[in-house]
This record gives sequence, C-alpha cells and structure tokens, in this order.
Amino acid sequence: MAINKGITRRNFLLNVAGSACGATLLGAGLSVYSRQVISMPALMIRPPGALVEEEFLGACVRCGQCVRDCPYDILHLAGLGEAVPLGSPYFVAREQPCRMCTDIPCVKACPTGALDHSLENIDDARMGLAVLVDEENCLAFRGMRCEVCFHICPLLDEAITIDLLPKTRLGKLPRFVPVVHSDACTGCGMCEGACVLQESAIKVFPRYLALGKETGQHRYDDQGEKLVNEGEADDTPFSSNPLETIKSGRRSL
Amino acid sequence: MARQAEVGAAALHSKGWLKSHQWLLLRRMCQLSILGLFLLGPIAGIWLIKGNLAASMILDTVPLSDPYLMLQVFLTGHTPELAGLLGATIVLTFYLLVSGRVFCSWVCPVNIVTDIASDLQHRLGIKARSHYSRQARYWLLGMTLILAFTTGSLLWELVNPVSIVFRGLVFGLGLGWGVIAAIFLFELLLSHRGWCGHLCPVGAFYGLIGRVSLLRVIAAKREQCNDCMDCFDVCPEPQVIRPALKGEEDQRSPVIKSGMCTNCGRCIDICSKDVFRFGVGIDKKTPH
Repeated sequence: MAINKGITRRNFLLNVAGSACGATLLGAGLSVYSRQVISMPALMIRPPGALVEEEFLGACVRCGQCVRDCPYDILHLAGLGEAVPLGSPYFVAREQPCRMCTDIPCVKACPTGALDHSLENIDDARMGLAVLVDEENCLAFRGMRCEVCFHICPLLDEAITIDLLPKTRLGKLPRFVPVVHSDACTGCGMCEGACVLQESAIKVFPRYLALGKETGQHRYDDQGEKLVNEGEADDTPFSSNPLETIKSGRRSL
Repeated sequence: MARQAEVGAAALHSKGWLKSHQWLLLRRMCQLSILGLFLLGPIAGIWLIKGNLAASMILDTVPLSDPYLMLQVFLTGHTPELAGLLGATIVLTFYLLVSGRVFCSWVCPVNIVTDIASDLQHRLGIKARSHYSRQARYWLLGMTLILAFTTGSLLWELVNPVSIVFRGLVFGLGLGWGVIAAIFLFELLLSHRGWCGHLCPVGAFYGLIGRVSLLRVIAAKREQCNDCMDCFDVCPEPQVIRPALKGEEDQRSPVIKSGMCTNCGRCIDICSKDVFRFGVGIDKKTPH
C-alpha cells in the first residue's frame, strides 16, 4: 500500500518494541513511586463509610462530590504534593471534625461506593478511633475536671465515658478521666477538635493503628487465671523440643 | 519554509477571519463553558453541576462519569454504584454518537494548552519531533489498565495530567500549575503534539470508542482540493486525512473514518476551497 511506503519490518518492530518498553518502564516506575505515595498520614481521616484504604484507592475516582455535598465543608481533595494520595478526599479532625450528619450526604454523593452506601446509620461509621494519647498533659489526668471531650462527643457517655481513678497515694486526689470505647467511637474527631490544649491530648487514629488484636488462639478463662487454647495451634507457642524453638528463631515469635 | 508561514492565509483571504476560525472559536467556547459550569458552583453558589470530569451530577439528578475510569475501577475488583455505572453509560453513548475524541478537542482542558503550544511552536519555527510512535498511547493505555488490575489501585490517577488539570481548576490548583507549565513546555520545545497525539492514554481510550461513531468530518468536495497542505499542517492527527482526501482514485470513501480524528473541525476552517464538512459518516464510496 502506498500509505505504508517506507515502513520496513525492522522499523515497525523497533517501533513496537520501543513503545512496549517505554510503557513497561513507565508502569514499573509508577508502581514503585506509588508505594511511596499511597499511604495516609495518621491524622488525615477519610470520610464516613470509606472502604479500607487499599480498596478505597481502587474505588475512589476522585470526583469530589463528597466534598461538595458536605454541608460543613470539612472535606478536602488532596492536591499535588500533599501527603495524601492525589485527589482523594480527607479531613483533619483538629481543624474541622466530622459533624456526623444523620442523612450522611457525603456517602450518598459517592458514585462508586468508595464510601460504602450500606452505611445507613452514621453511628455505625468507623472513620477512626479516638485515643487519649497523652496522659501526661491531659488536664483530667492532672486532676482537673476538664471533660470537654466527654461533653462534646456526639455519642455522649457511650464512645467516651468518665471513669474514676481512685486516690492512689497521699496528696493526690481522685481523678475523673475520659475513656474511649472502640465499640461506639465513630472517629468523628469532635473530641480532638475540642481539646483545650494547644496540641490535643486525644487524637483520632486509623483503627488499625489504634487497636491491638488478639491472636485468636489463646485467651484467659473466665476467672482470668488459666490460659485457654481455642485455636488449631499447639498448647503453647513453643515446641516441647527446645532445639525446635532455637531453630525456628524469630519466625515463631 | 515560506509556505509554512502562510498556513491559513488562503482561507483568511477568501473566507474572512470569523469564517476561517469558526470551529476553533466554538470549540474554545465549549471547553471554557464546561469548565465554567463546574466553577459556577464553587464561585457563585449556583450548583448546576457538581464534581469533575471523573464523575459528576447535573442538577442533583443526572449522573455522568468517565467510562475509562469506571473500567479501571472494575479492573481493581470493585463494582461501582448505580450512579457511576449509569453515568458511564450516558457518557459512552454520547461519545459513540459524536466520536470519542470529541472529548479531547471539545472538553479536555489540556487540549487548550497543547494547541497553544503547538501553534506557538509553528509560529516560532521551532523544529521538534516526537521520537515515538503514535501507537505508543495504546501501550500506555494497556499499561494503565494492567496496573489497575494488578495493584488494585487507580495508579494512573496519581499522575494523569488530564484529571490533575481539570480537578485542579475546579477544586484548587496548588502545584497543578507546574503540570500545566510542564505540558506546555514539553509541547513547545521537546515534541510535536507529543502528549495529545502520541502518548495520552485517555485519548487512546476515547479514540477506540471513536472507531464506530456517527459524526465524522467528510472530505465532501475533495475534487476541489488544490494541494495547499494547510489541513495537514493544522491537523493534530494528520495521518487520518489522507485516506479520505486523496482516496478518490482508489475508490475510497471521503469520510474520515479513523477513531483518532478529534472532530475538531480545524481542517474545515482552514480550507479555502471548503473541501471538508461535518456529516454523518455513513460509508459512501463517492461524494454526494
């Protein structure tokens, strides 16, 4: 054909190889680069109903409709150069916590379900978990009746309760301290936003950072005296043969 | 070359400035109006449309979404909500009718940047070539789809200049100006229509949709062509013109059938002999 004049097989193959090579290199570079950038800083919180982060980054198309439909304008889309994956929505509780609208407009606005539409009651949201990170500076732990976080919590007396720490030694008064309950806390961040300290003593962290997790194999019995084995594993994590334990090294620990 | 400096001069002389720029003006008005509609909400509080080109909602009722992005979402293993699927179907249907790359020339904001850079390159006589094939974009398209599938994450959206620029303009640009500047300089100094014409996988995707579209540019009066080559000079995808314009002796259709034609209409503007026109691309062997 006249149109193909001048294109030899060699040139054609070189072209194809070049393009394929370029695309592969770019793809490889992009996936390595993404390892560095796809990580949420602990204090940036996803909107309510967000899927777990790995799934969220595959589902969110970064359209910003959740941002637009938030009546309190707390949500941002990450711009270029920010520490949040580009274009994805987040809020910072210390600046503007989630007000937990009962109709959850941000979730309804999401066209892909990156914010899960099965979230119908905002109290079921798990954006994160409030953690009292600094007992040294928390006014309650220093003996004052602050309790601002307790009073501002939308799930009053459920997500945060005030527990009495009894008088421990001479000269120290009983203290009334806030305790967060992970089965009720939505991670809205009202407590973090309201903490009267310059740097908040209570902070919302991603739940995977805030919560410990049992192995699921061992627990104490109801009297709290004896270790009960519920799993498939051996009675103890250690083999009866000490050599085995030495050989397996760090792996089993 | 002396001839190059006079691209469009013949059309300007015979048709006047307005007539020889009408599709270009309409296109710019269309691109800027779409951007304006999205900005009307954040600036003036009039929410006709919410979101951005990835996905949006017109008057809180009609969803629109980018089928290319929705395809990537599917590949990550996630099924979008009904609004996303419906939006992608609406957009896909629209582009199947008017040709996919109408997105590139009538909607995409990056096109304004690359067109200006390309025009300036021509005026300044900068000689730059794109040292890669026009097929490279299909490889990049494949790469973006494979990455979505293998990583389960929309990796392309971390670097996609098309979405960075539009989302930036609507939601706050920040360092996005750097991306615009980078594309401009790349198109001005380092390549000739390198991004839109060779590399952009978004354009490649919409080009594939455009293979079966109805709305086409037709070289209806190709017998009047005086071989001035102006259309080849202004066309962002000049390889698509020849089969239609010069296909008379081979009994080929005067319809530009390549999906890579962006339906920008610049060839219609620039032709002093009015060879081209828009039309419904039913396969006709002979003009008229």
